[in-house]
Amino acid sequence: MLITELKSKESIDALLGAKAFIINCFGCKEVSFPEEEAKALQKELCDAGKVTGILTMDYICNPDNLKLQLENFKAEADEADTVLVFSCGVGVQTVADFFSGKKVFAACDTYRLPGFQGVTPQEFDCDQCGMCFLNGTGGICPITACSKSLVNGQCGGAKNGKCEVDPEMDCGWERIQKRLEKLGKIDILKNAPVQIRDYSTDDATKECKESE
Amino acid sequence: MKVTDLFKEGKFVVSAEVGPPKGFHIEEMIEDAKKYLTHVDAINVTDNQSSVMRLGSLAVCIALKNEGFNPIFQMTCRDRNRIALESDLLSAAMFGIDNVLALTGDYTKLGDHPGAKPVFDLDSVSLLYTMGLLEQGKDLGGQDIEGEPPTFAKGAVVSPCSDSLDAQLVKMERKIKAGAQFFQTQAVFDSERYIKFAEIAKKEFDVPIQLGIIIPKNAGMCNFMNNNVAGIAIPAEIIDELKADKERAKAGITGTEIAARIIRDCKDYCQGVHIMTLGWEDKIPALMEQAGL
Repeated sequence: MLITELKSKESIDALLGAKAFIINCFGCKEVSFPEEEAKALQKELCDAGKVTGILTMDYICNPDNLKLQLENFKAEADEADTVLVFSCGVGVQTVADFFSGKKVFAACDTYRLPGFQGVTPQEFDCDQCGMCFLNGTGGICPITACSKSLVNGQCGGAKNGKCEVDPEMDCGWERIQKRLEKLGKIDILKNAPVQIRDYSTDDATKECKESE
Repeated sequence: MKVTDLFKEGKFVVSAEVGPPKGFHIEEMIEDAKKYLTHVDAINVTDNQSSVMRLGSLAVCIALKNEGFNPIFQMTCRDRNRIALESDLLSAAMFGIDNVLALTGDYTKLGDHPGAKPVFDLDSVSLLYTMGLLEQGKDLGGQDIEGEPPTFAKGAVVSPCSDSLDAQLVKMERKIKAGAQFFQTQAVFDSERYIKFAEIAKKEFDVPIQLGIIIPKNAGMCNFMNNNVAGIAIPAEIIDELKADKERAKAGITGTEIAARIIRDCKDYCQGVHIMTLGWEDKIPALMEQAGL
């Protein structure tokens, strides 16, 4: 199972442009989603006139389903400069891949819980690291797309765009570089503070037990 | 002695590289260093290079320092978590090892212990940042370091002939922002490509760069590196040159000439050279002479 938890209001505010289109995924039954907190935050953003529309669905990790649902929200999505996604990391990556020319940001961090991991089909994966990096990487996960799970850029081991560990696999950081260049946002990477993973957030079970 | 002080004096810094043996007897290595490396300014000691288990880099650095050499301690993030890396940095400081080259490290599967756990708790960027923290008397856990904090000449690497140069330049910038004070490059065989990189780097960053040099041994080695080693691009003309006279190539004469020519071509665009010998330490004196170093 997994738990999604809202990022701080300040960090979400810092990501938003003038207008955001919001996508909520109520997802699979294995996910614990912070529905009330998300609603409250989204109401605040709506009241501030920052939201063009809200799409609430399940299984946004299924690209066909996502595409179908988005057909009814074309105007709202077009009007927005940013797409803010409330889901696990797989959902955010699916949306970022769909809107490859738009800034797509994660509003949640995803934590791991034992048990089934929900439906995570297709090519995207979320390691449920509890400190979602997708907002600094153009919506491509460095934890799962890089063999070394590096969080500060490519290692220099890739040859012709392929990973040194698996020649069948594209270098995740070259994908991130290209995505950010396409978005005109390579400065996000250049200016990002030094990233260091916090492995104590890796397992939400501990926190659940502590709060029991 | 910190290589950063040498750069500050305006010295053209020449370094070579030794790989520790798979064992703990280093007499031969030290003898070779005394024979061929007395004129270089510093010696890199590799850290379980290519993920092959060997004698430790720090131990060999200490041994070289005791013999009067100036070692550069290569540190990869493949085999140690942040606690071990910080601890080894303090150990280095205790022994007066003050040049550290931060590397992410090759993946474990590429070496001779393919089943080993790859660590990568930190990476080259966060390791540089960690060195900076220690210099300020703090560790990554936020605790104070007792006594006078250590200081390091903080080095990093970059691949000027990479097929993803843009990504390399971004990473280089992140390394500089994290505290990198000098760079050593992946081996360069294409002077024009290096010069192009060096011009961008000079415009964007103010940091000394040592040109990476490998003396090419033969056409087979070049083809292998072209196909398998990241950041290496050897032009066909160089491979043809090595093929032309196999005896000359085998004796290292052709390779030394090629390497000396690359150094001469790029000399105005770098602040030093870093020579990766791959067993050809004995060619270094001739190379330095031909390159005018």
